[in-house]
This record gives sequence, C-alpha cells and structure tokens, in this order.
Amino acid sequence: MKCHLIDFLPQPGGQLTEIYPKKPIYDIPGYPVVMAGELVDNLMEQIKPFNPGFTLGESALSIEETDDHCFIVTTDKGTQHKAPSVAIAGGLGVFTPRKPPIEGLTEFEEKGVDYIVRDPEKYRGKRVVISGGGDSALDWTVFLADVASEVSLVHRRTSFRGHLDTVDKVHELAQNGKVKLITNAEVVDVHGQSELDRVTIKIKGAEDLSMECEHWLPLFGLTPTLGPIGDWGLEIEKNAIVVDNATDYRTNRVGIYAIGDVNTYPGKLKLILCGFHEATIMVQSAFKRAFPDKKLSFKYTTVMGGVGSLE
Amino acid sequence: MSADIKITVVDREGVPHELIAPTDMNMNLMEVCKSYELPVKGTCGGMAMCASCHCYIESAHELNAPSDDEEDMLDQAFFVEDNSRLGCQIFMKPEYEGLMVRLAEESE
Repeated sequence: MKCHLIDFLPQPGGQLTEIYPKKPIYDIPGYPVVMAGELVDNLMEQIKPFNPGFTLGESALSIEETDDHCFIVTTDKGTQHKAPSVAIAGGLGVFTPRKPPIEGLTEFEEKGVDYIVRDPEKYRGKRVVISGGGDSALDWTVFLADVASEVSLVHRRTSFRGHLDTVDKVHELAQNGKVKLITNAEVVDVHGQSELDRVTIKIKGAEDLSMECEHWLPLFGLTPTLGPIGDWGLEIEKNAIVVDNATDYRTNRVGIYAIGDVNTYPGKLKLILCGFHEATIMVQSAFKRAFPDKKLSFKYTTVMGGVGSLE
Repeated sequence: MSADIKITVVDREGVPHELIAPTDMNMNLMEVCKSYELPVKGTCGGMAMCASCHCYIESAHELNAPSDDEEDMLDQAFFVEDNSRLGCQIFMKPEYEGLMVRLAEESE
C-alpha cells in the first residue's frame, strides 16, 4: 500500500512546521522535550522507506467517487489523485480572513468590502477605509496612499504593532495629510444600495462618524476554517468532521476517514499522540478496503519495514 | 505545595460557574474552562493565535502582563474591551484566588 500526501502548505508537517517549528513539545512519548520542527524532520526520516508521494502547495478542493469505488481528489491547481481510500488530516483547516461581526456585511463582499487585497489598482482614485492594526493594514495604508484618492486607517487602539518602519511611515503620511488616522475607533456598520458607499465608525468618547467610501478593507488576520472539505458531504459538528471512533475513524462516507485535529467524537483529545493512534487504526481499515482479498500480515515494531506492510 | 484556587467564569448566557483550578500544573484559564466543558473552543491549542478563549477580567486581580503575541491577537479580535484577555495566556497561580472572568461573545 502506498500513501500520497496533499498539503496546501509548501512543506509537510502542518502547524508544527508552519506555525511553531521552534516550539518545544512535551507530550510525545519517548521525548521528554522535542522541537515541533525536529519532530516532523524525524517523522519524515522514519517514513522514507515507505516511499510516500507528496503534492505540496496545492489545496484539496473536491472529491468525486468513481464507479469502481475509488475517489478522485482534485486540487485547486487541477492535479488529480485516485485512491480507494482518502484520509482527511486537515488539522485546524485552512486559514481564511477573519470577518468582523457586522450584520449584513456579507452582502457587500466584492461590492466594496474586501478582506484581501488582490489587485491594488482596483482602488485607484477611490476612497478607501482600512481597518486593523497589524502589518497587513499598515502596509496597505502606506501603499494605497499613492493609489487611492483618500485613505483612512481605523484602529481600535492608539498604538500599532506592525514593523516600526511602517508605523513611522503611517504617522508621517498622517501628519502630511495623505492618510486620515482614526484611532480608538472601530467600523461598526456598513451602508449602501447594492455597492458600499458609507461606513459608520464608532469612536471612543466621541460621536459616531459616518464616512463615505467606495471600499472598506477589514484586515484582521486569518482564522482557521474547514474550507472546501466542508462541502464534501461529510457530517460536520462545530467545524470538525464527525467520525466513528469505535471502529476506524470513518466518516459518514464509506472510504473517507478523518484523523487528527480535524475530527471529533465523544472524548476527543486534540493531541499529536492521539493523531498517531487514529492514523494507525485508520490505515488498517484502508488496507482492507484497498486489498479486500489479501491477508494483512501484522508486523511488530521491532521488525524493520514497519507494522502491517504487505508481504 | 500549591493549593487549588476557586475562580468564577460567567458564560455567554450570563450564568456564573465556580471552578476549582489547580495551581501546580501550569494550567491556563482556557484549559480550566475546557476541563469543565464550558463553551471555550481553544482552537489554536493555547498559542494566542485564535482568540476563541477571549474573555473579560471582571475582578481587580493584577494578572501577568499580556505578551506581544497576545496583544497582536487582541488587536485582531472583535468585541475587545479594556479588560480583554486571552484565557490561554492566564496561568493559574495562588494569587488568582477569587478571580472572576466573563467569556466574550464568539465572533464566528
């Protein structure tokens, strides 16, 4: 049996390599302490003999069941993989922009409200309000100051936490009147007929401000969501895939499993340790599905070649 | 020897819950809430990266100052007030006996 990994990130390891490679982990059996990145390096070394395949930097978009009870998973770049079993080990999911809790906001998405700047030219000659206090909000404020007809930066506090150079630049632009800086403030409402034409800004200790604009860019970072996998016809509960932990971590679709942080079941613990266990059980089941007529010879861990490899 | 402390967590419906928290396990408030099955997600696992444990400190306790990571996250969270903190960054100590917090509204 062979395993092929599809991951949106440019390297395997998920959160461990992407978010906290230098963070020590204390609950891996046999390691009193190990760096997250080092653990993944070791795992990669350990799985080398099994020659797994990798499709990195692509996100698994859709799944389709074939007549011969296999699945074809298609990525956002159009790459297709066919397999009798699919295990979703998507962790926290994909990171998508954090949306402010404003009623009716979604109606203005792409109609003046953008969470990500894709093409700055879109804002040329327009009045733009930007919200946020991080690097992204500051960088775009500086950049769009020369593109848009008017840029207002709205931030909940008076201090900014972005790179010092950019913070200085924003203050300089504000002093020169090229950027309107509105601090201790928050956009609380959006208005317009079909397109955005105005936002309401709540300012601490002052009256609400109504500001005309063609665009509002709420840049509040990213938050994990299930993403396209949420549309795969799987039973979902609180942003996690419901699996049967009494058997093999199967989902409600035969042949599709979910393991690790992405799944949920009674008593679920989101631990790396539990992910290993779930994967082990799942693979036994996937083997039976791939080779229904073959006997699975169970090898013990002291035998080089690994547990359950096909003779 | 560290003793357990008693803290109060007010949930999003306004119901107060008295919780017993150990102070010798380096447990944070998010973990304590989860162990009592209060509706705190702790999506990021306690790394100040998701704000799903966002809460308001309602008692006068002097807590450890927020780290840069926590401040960054609070900058991006919603419903933030002056007494906002991330539960995952508040580690249970004997001095926090009687601590009272209120869970912030969930934004997604």
